Amino acid sequence: MSIKQISVFLENKPGTLMEMTSLLAEKNVDLRALSLAETKDFGIARLITDDDAAAMDVLREGGFVAKLTSVLAFAVPDEPGGLLKLLQRIGEAKVNIEYMYSFLGGKEEDHAYMIFRVAHTAEAEERLRELGLIPITSETFE
Amino acid sequence: MERYFQPEIECASRDEIVSIQNKKLRDQINHVWNNVPYYRSKMEEKGLSPDDIQTIDDLKKLPFLSKYDLRDSYPYGLLGVPLKDVVRIHSTSGTTGKRVVAFYTQHDIDLWEDCCARALVAAGATNEDVCQVAYGFGLFTGGAGLNGGSHKLGCMTIPISSGNTDRQIMFIQDLNATIICCTPSYAAYLGERMKELGLGPDDIPLKAGIFGAEAWSEEMRQDIQKTLGIKAFDIYGLTELSGPGVAFECSAQQGMHINEDHFIAEIIDPDTEEVLPDGTWGELVFSAIDKEAFPVIRYRTRDICRLTREKCSCGRTHVKMDKPRGRTDDMLIIRGVNVFPSQIETVLLNNGYGANYQIIVDRVNNTDTFEVRVELTPEMFTDDLGDITAKQKKLESGLQAMLGIKAKVTLVAPKSIVRSEGKAVRVIDNRKI
Repeated sequence: MSIKQISVFLENKPGTLMEMTSLLAEKNVDLRALSLAETKDFGIARLITDDDAAAMDVLREGGFVAKLTSVLAFAVPDEPGGLLKLLQRIGEAKVNIEYMYSFLGGKEEDHAYMIFRVAHTAEAEERLRELGLIPITSETFE
Repeated sequence: MERYFQPEIECASRDEIVSIQNKKLRDQINHVWNNVPYYRSKMEEKGLSPDDIQTIDDLKKLPFLSKYDLRDSYPYGLLGVPLKDVVRIHSTSGTTGKRVVAFYTQHDIDLWEDCCARALVAAGATNEDVCQVAYGFGLFTGGAGLNGGSHKLGCMTIPISSGNTDRQIMFIQDLNATIICCTPSYAAYLGERMKELGLGPDDIPLKAGIFGAEAWSEEMRQDIQKTLGIKAFDIYGLTELSGPGVAFECSAQQGMHINEDHFIAEIIDPDTEEVLPDGTWGELVFSAIDKEAFPVIRYRTRDICRLTREKCSCGRTHVKMDKPRGRTDDMLIIRGVNVFPSQIETVLLNNGYGANYQIIVDRVNNTDTFEVRVELTPEMFTDDLGDITAKQKKLESGLQAMLGIKAKVTLVAPKSIVRSEGKAVRVIDNRKI
């Protein structure tokens, strides 16, 4: 099961990130993971939240452009070489990673979580499952 | 079938029009000679008396009237009648200096409203129509002009003024408005708001709109026509001359007929002030030949335009003016190149963006910087940095192809560019030269 991430367009000017996070705080949306990508002119914030519907509403009302995108998340044992093993399997499945980011503090202790954006998410997920790699579901974050 | 408000005038033969113009011009020159010391002294300086102005060909002997002349004569310098005969004033926004205050007698208002009624009929309106006037009311001429024209025609008129977009949509739906009059940027905004509310063109009864008071492009027309499901007509006017309705578009939607029984148009070279032949682009100059309170002779509009006298399919015989290409003073000179905001608008609309943009010009180390801020629409946004950068680059190369100089495109959040519900602020020029 892929999970949903919220991508938000950020203008490159002071205060934009603060404005975005304050909108989310107002609606009691909890951020589980956050990653930023930027060019010199603009950025994209990628968020995993505990309430996508509320987050999308408040961001749109607040004048942000936001979109839901599908990503895959895996639990990784929090130990040296943990990520390496995961990446090796993904390589075996010939899945191309566009970007990835991590977060800690999910339900399973001793585990970190990695979020992957890949091309053709559904197809990639199928190939990974064949190799026994089962992505976690959004329940892990709620 | 084409309808006219005043067919005998609107479809008069060339000879009839010229003979009306000759007579009215002679009367008008006598009027200003006798009643406006400003004109008398200007004519005397050139050694002219009213006898020297017999036909419209003599018009070129007369001096021009500039924006600065109007400013210097503020407020009463051009007044042509005793104040007791004035029934109303209107005023320009004064964005480029001191306001111009224009005076009207009842006769002046009547003629102005006739012009607006002609425009409404040309847009397909009859007294069966419901006309929502969403131009601003007050000192601005937009609201009053179309409101008056709509009354003359006998439409049920909704003088809703500008702003409060949701209420506009509610009235259109509940009172079955079929005609709307507002600025083109507000019409585009109305369309955006309808989309947000999940409303399409079939959900509203509008069939035509009359849009003026700011520059807009053919692409923007197509856009508005599609989202609102209407025919969109251009209207031209200046407070200095009366207001909207100096010229208006007909069913051909190709150029605006100038109401030649009230206004004589000329095109001049803005530098040499020489009168140019029909079909040539130059600065538009107007003489009002039927106005009592605020007679304006050879007023330089600063609009870059051209005139055409080709036969029009609508049957009207009055000369047509093109949509002004820009203004002599709206024109930006950036790195030595002439840039008109309307060219930028064309590139944006061709690339699927809305007409909301802002031009920011500055000078750093003696070089002009030129930035165009464009609102990113939700449809345009993807999670892919490269994709958005590519869109930005595509706009930049489109602008370069259109303008011949490089512009930096900055994508900004939707609705972040200040839009007044009247005129949009398009240009911020921070250069200190």
